[in-house]
Amino acid sequence: MPKLQVALYWAASCGGCEIATLAIGDKILKLAEAADIVFWPVAIDVKYADVEKMPDQSIDACLFNGAIRNSENEHMAKLLRQKSKILIAYGSCAYEGCIPGLANFFNAVSILENTYIDTASSDNSGKVIPRTKVTVPEGELEIPEFYNTVKTLAQTVEVDYFVPGCPPEESTTWTALEALISGKLPPKGTVIAPAGTAVCNDCPRIKHEKKIRAFHRPYEIIPAPDECLLEQGLLCCGMATRGGCGAPCPQANMPCTGCYGPVDGVRDQGSHILTAWASIIDSNDPDEIKKILDGIVDPAGYAYRYSLPDSMLRRARVNP
Amino acid sequence: MTDFEPKIVAFLCNWCSYRGADLAGTSRIKCAANVRAIRVMCSGRVEPAFVLRAFELGADGVLVLGCHPGDCHYAEGNYKALRRMELLKRTLIQLGVGEDRFRLDWVSASEGDRFSHVVNDITEKVRALGPFAAKEESKVA
Repeated sequence: MPKLQVALYWAASCGGCEIATLAIGDKILKLAEAADIVFWPVAIDVKYADVEKMPDQSIDACLFNGAIRNSENEHMAKLLRQKSKILIAYGSCAYEGCIPGLANFFNAVSILENTYIDTASSDNSGKVIPRTKVTVPEGELEIPEFYNTVKTLAQTVEVDYFVPGCPPEESTTWTALEALISGKLPPKGTVIAPAGTAVCNDCPRIKHEKKIRAFHRPYEIIPAPDECLLEQGLLCCGMATRGGCGAPCPQANMPCTGCYGPVDGVRDQGSHILTAWASIIDSNDPDEIKKILDGIVDPAGYAYRYSLPDSMLRRARVNP
Repeated sequence: MTDFEPKIVAFLCNWCSYRGADLAGTSRIKCAANVRAIRVMCSGRVEPAFVLRAFELGADGVLVLGCHPGDCHYAEGNYKALRRMELLKRTLIQLGVGEDRFRLDWVSASEGDRFSHVVNDITEKVRALGPFAAKEESKVA
């Protein structure tokens, strides 16, 4: 049997997904037995031009991590879609937008001005911000265009499978790779992680009926070791987040932040996280409810931490 | 924009607000015709996702109306709505939807005039704001 031709690419991401790919440990040898890596900018020297020369559909599978936030990301998404039989959105950025997607609370102009002009550590009296094209004595230079709105991979090109996580856990990555190697692929569009269970299902902490009278931030309290973190007032997103990660965060005393995305049947993860938090407030008094909710300092940023571009509203409406 | 007619989606609870709307009709109380009523069994049934979905599908404003506190047919459903919708409201402000496009209020079965007042009020506020333009995200800076 000929070896699988596999490509890996990073768009708007932090590089954590590349590390997560390597976290499968010695299973990487099984991958190397079954597959040749034809393109992986972080690890092997293959140029974009080499990919352009590959025949269409010649890559069996491409693991694409990172969101789409500039013209280079978009170009590579379209190019790799054209060259690949199977395109996999690998990791939360490609799947839902993730941390780069928080840029959708702002717009391109305000982000560039803040980064290059307004930051206290910037010395930029000429107020120079990056432009797409600039002419220098040697000729015209070009950098990718910075988009106003961060998009997910599936909002840019057709995607075959999704692997959730920021970054995906080793077991999730291996489930996806094993399916590829064995050729036993699930139906198109599948999110490769358990379908119907939430992180709470993986979490060993003891759960009771949830009723709380105050929210806390992790630095404010020392949580009891075996009890549900949400019941102790910490903003845990586990109730509205897909399981399959094994709940490592709650087991390390940190509440779930929601990186595995929504469970099946839910489109807007953030709104379900908000629902879970609001529903456990133990008060019927409007003023007291407002006071308790003041403990949630940044509801939109926290509930949509990983999913703003993939949410129903996709971005904040901000003035030009 | 003079010819802009706001689309307002209103989730009305079966036991109070929907009957309040009915009373407004049978009493022939004048009322802005911008509301698309969706009857739900209880305001506590309305998930924040319903409100977001309405905006996504082109609503310019969303109303959630339930029984007055203490009067809920299911005893506590409207309190559940109060907790969820207050948190949703804060989130919508962060998302730039603003304060005036979304409202949770109470209308009893005997308050046809109050139903009309709430509907007219949100319609005029949203009319002044203009279309929400959920689908024109690329044009929104």
